Amino acid sequence: MSAAGKPLLTADNISKRYGRQVGCRDVSLTLHEGEVLAVVGESGSGKTTLLKLLSRQLAIDSGRLNYRMRDGAVRDLATMGDAEHRFLFRTDWGYVHQDAAQGLRMSVSAGANVGERLMALGARHYGTIRTTATDWLERVEIPAVRIDDTPVTYSGGMRQRLQIARNLVTSPRLVFMDEPTGGLDVTVQARLLDLIRGLVADLGLSAVIVTHDLAVARLLSHRIMVMKDGEVIETGLTDQVLDDPREPYTQLLASSILPV
Amino acid sequence: MSLPAYNFAYLDEQTKRMIRRAVLKAIAIPGYQVPFASREMPMPYGWGTGGVQVTAAVIGPDDVLKVIDQGADDTTNAVSIRKFFAKTAGVKTTTATREATIIQTRHRIPETPLHVGQVLVYQVPIPEPLRFLEPRETETRRMHALTEYGLMHVKLYEDIARHGHIATTYAYPVKVDGRYVMDPSPTPKFDNPKMDQCPALQLFGAGREKRIYAIPPYTSVVSLDFEDFPFERYRHPGTCALCGATDTFLDEIVTDDAGGRMFVCSDTDYCETRRAAHSPPPLAGEGQGGGSAAGAAQEASPSLPLPSKRGREEQDLKAAEHD
Ligand SMILES: [Zn+2]
Repeated sequence: MSAAGKPLLTADNISKRYGRQVGCRDVSLTLHEGEVLAVVGESGSGKTTLLKLLSRQLAIDSGRLNYRMRDGAVRDLATMGDAEHRFLFRTDWGYVHQDAAQGLRMSVSAGANVGERLMALGARHYGTIRTTATDWLERVEIPAVRIDDTPVTYSGGMRQRLQIARNLVTSPRLVFMDEPTGGLDVTVQARLLDLIRGLVADLGLSAVIVTHDLAVARLLSHRIMVMKDGEVIETGLTDQVLDDPREPYTQLLASSILPV
Repeated sequence: MSLPAYNFAYLDEQTKRMIRRAVLKAIAIPGYQVPFASREMPMPYGWGTGGVQVTAAVIGPDDVLKVIDQGADDTTNAVSIRKFFAKTAGVKTTTATREATIIQTRHRIPETPLHVGQVLVYQVPIPEPLRFLEPRETETRRMHALTEYGLMHVKLYEDIARHGHIATTYAYPVKVDGRYVMDPSPTPKFDNPKMDQCPALQLFGAGREKRIYAIPPYTSVVSLDFEDFPFERYRHPGTCALCGATDTFLDEIVTDDAGGRMFVCSDTDYCETRRAAHSPPPLAGEGQGGGSAAGAAQEASPSLPLPSKRGREEQDLKAAEHD
């Protein structure tokens, strides 16, 4: 929690419709610095829509969405200009896609993938950019000798770790993750989860993690939101909700996994 | 004689006005790509229809036109375009850089410094410098609008990571007037410094891509680079076999079928002018003997074969790979 205890991200009754269909209805949440929130639910529950609304990749139809900037000013994300929003996305935010190819430039080297944000912010010293990229690769357990290889040559797990490094290089305060371990082998998943958990703790990151996998939620998040049909049906501390779910739907979800 | 079926400089007045409006907007926003309704021209796209349309829109009856293709006035492409305007606009043409008021070019900026009042028209195949990493047009436009140019340095970073230095030698990206990043068309980076604070107006026409952009006279044009890998001009280190120049951009040309090669100025007008100036006067007595180092090279030159067409075409192919 930040010293002032003020939330980093606040959503008040945000909603989104796709024509007649509800994407998200009246979702409210607050996220503090250093806090990890998992949004769980089946596909079609609205969890991915919520992630896109929170990161303003989709516009909300109604409600309010506020973000506390690095300078402490609280800003309405809905009315923020494009340039500032994109700047936020390159600096204070990260976004980890399930499909690493969507979050990486597959045709350029790992070093350039990590260095891109720095260059976008005006870094103009090749040696410094490369040193920083090397440090970050090591931090996500990618051997430094692979710095000049393109992610095409990387395994699925390495790509995902590279995507994380590419996002974290500017020390963002908030990272959005969409099924970050989806589609990976179980052993690869476990290693990645450990890495994410370590980084989140070391860096004091805030994160919103969308997952259908309650084991991921349990391992990474402090709080959890269970979504069904576009609405939040249960929310609370992760362990409490998963150990003692109140809603029948959550009980169903929770029972389908092995204890972590 | 019957009246020609076409208007002055081929294009109808309405089309020329449309292109002029695009040109004016381009001059007002240096380096910004202005869309225009590119017309079909009686030549294929690869022949510089963008440049031809810009030239057609700005040329007047008193203009003197020079057309170069990789520095040469004598390639098929350059000759055709020159003839095209001689016929459709009745303008005087020249090969002398100094005499020309409009110079249409593909791949080079003349070695002779340009002067106030001249217009340099570039034929551009691909106007968008960000495209190689970001193929989406909507996205590249937004990047230009928001001055998000990190990607350009990603490309230069890749060059250094792969080759140990910035290996981009053609179409080397520049920032114009401190604002827009621009592709100078496939000119060699050797020519980039000539764009900076150039007294002539520089216009760029991309026919297939329907874009016009411009650098007004005396505008800042800076080649992108890194602090620890600064921009460097590059020319093949050597001497022109014909005129002895050591500071010009050289082409390697094939001299015979046995694999003979030599390096000569790519700017044929510059090279010929130097040769003419340095040749001994034709009526000079035999006893004059002027034996300077340059003179020695000159004496050898008449026996050297002229650059063969085939050599030029090979150059074309090489350059086309960069397009
Ligand atoms: Zn020469």
